[in-house]
Amino acid sequence: MRYSALALLRGALSGHRNWPPAWRSPEPKPQYDVVIVGGGGHGLASAYYLAKNHGITNVAVLERGWLGGGNTGRNTTVVRSNYLYPESARLYDFSLRLYEGLARELNFNVMLSQRGHLMLAHSRHDLESMSRWANTMAMHGIDAQLLTREQVGAMVPALDLSAGARYPVLGAFMQPRAGTARHDAVAWGYARGADHLGVDIIQNCAVTGFVTDANGHVTGVDTSRGRIRTARVGIAAAGHSSVLAKLAGFRLPVTSYALQAMVTEPLKPRLDTVVISPGTGAYVSQSDKGEMVIGASLDLFPSYAQRGSFGVLQGVVAATLAMFPSFSRLRLMRQWAGIVDVVHDSSPIIGPTPVPGLYINCGWGTGGFKAIPVGGWTLAHVLATGRNHELAEAFQLERFVTGRLIDEAAASGIAH
Amino acid sequence: MMQLSCPWCGLRDETEFACGGTTHLERPPLAATDADWGHYLFFRDNPKGVHLERWRHAWGCGQWFNVARDTVTHDVLAVYRMGDPPPRLGA
Ligand SMILES: Cc1cc2nc3c(=O)[nH]c(=O)nc-3n(C[C@H](O)[C@H](O)[C@H](O)COP(=O)(O)OP(=O)(O)OC[C@H]3O[C@@H](n4cnc5c(N)ncnc54)[C@H](O)[C@@H]3O)c2cc1C
Ligand SMILES: [Zn+2]
Repeated sequence: MRYSALALLRGALSGHRNWPPAWRSPEPKPQYDVVIVGGGGHGLASAYYLAKNHGITNVAVLERGWLGGGNTGRNTTVVRSNYLYPESARLYDFSLRLYEGLARELNFNVMLSQRGHLMLAHSRHDLESMSRWANTMAMHGIDAQLLTREQVGAMVPALDLSAGARYPVLGAFMQPRAGTARHDAVAWGYARGADHLGVDIIQNCAVTGFVTDANGHVTGVDTSRGRIRTARVGIAAAGHSSVLAKLAGFRLPVTSYALQAMVTEPLKPRLDTVVISPGTGAYVSQSDKGEMVIGASLDLFPSYAQRGSFGVLQGVVAATLAMFPSFSRLRLMRQWAGIVDVVHDSSPIIGPTPVPGLYINCGWGTGGFKAIPVGGWTLAHVLATGRNHELAEAFQLERFVTGRLIDEAAASGIAH
Repeated sequence: MMQLSCPWCGLRDETEFACGGTTHLERPPLAATDADWGHYLFFRDNPKGVHLERWRHAWGCGQWFNVARDTVTHDVLAVYRMGDPPPRLGA
């Protein structure tokens, strides 16, 4: 059914007891044209665009847990396109533009809030590299602005700009079109959209192996719910990419790390933009519910445990309070971590793998929520046509052999 | 907080250490192909389970050492010196 004000009114008349499920929960069929492994944002968006852009609807998304239970439902929801190199600028801005129309496209409110994103400069050197960055973005036609210390103070009155501040703020670099979106809604919206176009979304179904023919071409996947035949598979499993690659017999240039975040108890509106301090390793925004959403830097040792370590937690809380002393009385309500797939140049991999018929979308590391629309768009393209989408051409696995890396370590937000 | 046992200083909090990633990597000869060199530099097993890795007691004695650690439970299964062969871990 289409969601609308009228539907809401009709729902209200029956006490909101008769809303149909947003997607079906079918039994897996024995054969699909395409199987997507991973029901996070990237997997679900890939299925949606396979159906929508390419008319391929005999598609299954296999998710070992629940939709968005991976990083998509654990992230701090910042969307932006302030990347440095032209390849990344085009990729991430395409994604942001899709986000700008996403609620209408999916008929699902993804609560995109373009409240702006401020990166604080704590030194002259920060200011200089930020002006280079802002100028580069302007050359790519992407909105970017440098703010003086006074402008930062006017925009973020809660920020400590006093003479005694632990980390002096000299200015900031801002992308006005950046902001936040609701993470669950992005996963659910794509799931509902894909389901309506005929895609089977199958939860509690873990992929446990890949089946290949004599030529090494994929012919199916083994799952916890039996074997499914298919000639094309797309993996979008974030922190578990290496585990799936191993099942298929190859390795990736990926290391899995825990990335943590936390929220405080809700309070009245206090912060209407996203503030990040790359130097101290913390970033903060306020959710629509009023919670302060605080993101940390990586726990810098390999991990598949979805919990963060106390040392990093302590550091990020200290950094946040140095920026916002008035938050010191807030209680933390929840703290959690997701397992992110970090590559050496902090740029994604979207394309073929050494196994014919098997494609992968990974390497987004700490920053792939903003890229869900473009990650789905480009993975769907290569799955449907066998050719890389031009936006994804530079983001191939082979760059780790040719050496043509696209080092976005700075733009990926928090130092790692 | 995870704790690691430095072979020289004993049991200390994780915050005193820096992880240097996978250990026992062998540098290929200079005549290696681009593919072999790329794999040596960037491609890793990244196991979900036991990982053999090197750590440095960065905010302590400064020494490097090897650790066998489970990446799911964070249990430390063995600590051994640089240059020692990989430990035989009970199945
Ligand atoms: C704390 C935190 C904060 C973050 N903040 C931001 C941010 O502010 N902005 C931003 O852009 N990005 C952010 N990110 C990164 C972002 O969350 C991820 O890059 C993005 O969500 C990845 O989406 P995905 O669909 O690829 O992966 P996921 O959402 O992790 O989905 C992968 C799915 O694959 C499933 N899976 C794994 N193995 C199997 C198997 N064998 N069979 C079947 N299914 C399997 C998993 O259960 C999981 O649901 C953050 C991440 C974390 C952890
Ligand atoms: Zn020591």
